[in-house]
Amino acid sequence: MAAGLMTLAADTPTLDSGSTAFMLLSAALVLIMTPGLAFFYGGMVRVKSVLNMLMMSFIAIGIVTILWTLYGFSLAFHTNSAFIGDFSWFGMRNIGITELWPGYSIPIYVFAVFQLMFAIITPALISGALADRVKFTAWSLFIALWVTIVYFPVAHMVWSSDGFLYKHGVIDFAGGTAVHINAGAAALGVILVIRKRVGFKRDPFRPHNLPLVMLGAGLLWFGWFGFNAGSWLGSDGVAAVAFTNTQVATAAAMLGWLIYERLRHGSFTTLGAASGAVSGLVAITPSCGSVSPLGAIVVGVVAGVGCAAAVGLKYKFGFDDSLDVVGVHMVGGIIGSLIIGFLATGGVGQTAKGVFYGGGFTQLWKQFLGVGVVLFYSLIVSAILAFIIDKTMGFTVSEDTEVAGIDQAEHAETGYDFAGVGGAARAVFSSLDGTSDTKKVDA
Amino acid sequence: MKIITAVVKPHRLDEIKEALQAFGVHGLTVTEASGYGRQRGHTEVYRGAEYTVDLVPKIRIEVLTEDADADELIEVIVKAARTGKIGDGKVWSLPVDTAVRVRTGERGPDAL
Repeated sequence: MAAGLMTLAADTPTLDSGSTAFMLLSAALVLIMTPGLAFFYGGMVRVKSVLNMLMMSFIAIGIVTILWTLYGFSLAFHTNSAFIGDFSWFGMRNIGITELWPGYSIPIYVFAVFQLMFAIITPALISGALADRVKFTAWSLFIALWVTIVYFPVAHMVWSSDGFLYKHGVIDFAGGTAVHINAGAAALGVILVIRKRVGFKRDPFRPHNLPLVMLGAGLLWFGWFGFNAGSWLGSDGVAAVAFTNTQVATAAAMLGWLIYERLRHGSFTTLGAASGAVSGLVAITPSCGSVSPLGAIVVGVVAGVGCAAAVGLKYKFGFDDSLDVVGVHMVGGIIGSLIIGFLATGGVGQTAKGVFYGGGFTQLWKQFLGVGVVLFYSLIVSAILAFIIDKTMGFTVSEDTEVAGIDQAEHAETGYDFAGVGGAARAVFSSLDGTSDTKKVDA
Repeated sequence: MKIITAVVKPHRLDEIKEALQAFGVHGLTVTEASGYGRQRGHTEVYRGAEYTVDLVPKIRIEVLTEDADADELIEVIVKAARTGKIGDGKVWSLPVDTAVRVRTGERGPDAL
């Protein structure tokens, strides 16, 4: 993202109200992606766990916002070392409201709130792999610990001007490594530790509400313009190219996934269209500031077809990645990050050129380094974290609870009121006003 | 008296209802059901994972009738339910001991 630093650093920037307004709106766009993700995932689970799935995303908004305000922004973005920041901005203190983000024409506060939204959606992405079976308290604790020891340092390494990967020249425009590979590898680490869903590979796990999945995919697509174009941290031509590339790659990936599954399985499915679109969004995330719109078509097709093929791996290797977080986000993130090494034109946001534009293999090796460091750091630390939680408080609910439905066990609610025989709700007034419900019925 | 039970394709419900009304039937009970006969279920694909759905949606219609009308009534239902394609369903009848209209307490054919 901060590659613009080099081009803009020459002149000392002053506050630009156009860019500031654009960035505040972009932050709101990135926020809407998390509820969008909740719907995208929520529609894919069975009817008995839709609320739990939605809550796993919504709780991330709550927890990460508070941690970010307390110490997250400071750890992720205060310049201090190559790996992590410090506590200088604890509680957002010592940040002047007129102070600009170094090298840019937007206030630090704008940058901080924009980056907060990225820190929220990254752990929420992991939740899809754990569907139906984790304790809500364990998940909440996992989010708090995971952002602290995985997300904040990784964001620092990738995006902070003194970050180790940033200084090495790894290009990650909007989060192919820091967000998507990070979340996908973490998902893989956790599911290798915790138990599988009851009936994995035996029972059908049919999505209970595909219209909800389509709605979620639509919200993600919409919000992603803030995610990608906003990552330029200014409103100019580069932001416009990033915006265009986001649209083009997503469309191409949706078509790629649909054609793949038509040839392979015989039908064009709605789940395929939604998944294809998301795979394209993921892959264009790191590369939208490096490729041309024609390059974006290639990014999209490779991601759409590649991810459609990758989602089958979980059955081959026997890891229960419930909603294909690894197959879509980790694989899509890897595709998008590495493809920069081939398709970077050197003429958009960054000057580095890929193999096909006469830049040789230099950038490709840098991209491999970024992918490898983030992937293995996140995979290993997340697996250890999940192991500790699982051995102490227990990460998963009991199999009985899972079969009966996690919504009722963890949230005391049911997603839809299908009042059948014996299923209609009866109010227990005693919990509201202290009188017994038999008395209330008599009255 | 007899009870006639028909398990048929859901989208034929309106035709069957109209045919029964035209025949002079005053009441019936419909429940949503699922099952399969010779046609078995169908296959669905989600991100490449194929699921066979064995039980397909059906509706179950029940009509109480006098013995004399039973055969003709079955014909009416069969005609209205038929599409000629596999999965059209089945109709059968059983003898009924008694029937009571709850509101008035009438019994037997008077309760129909």
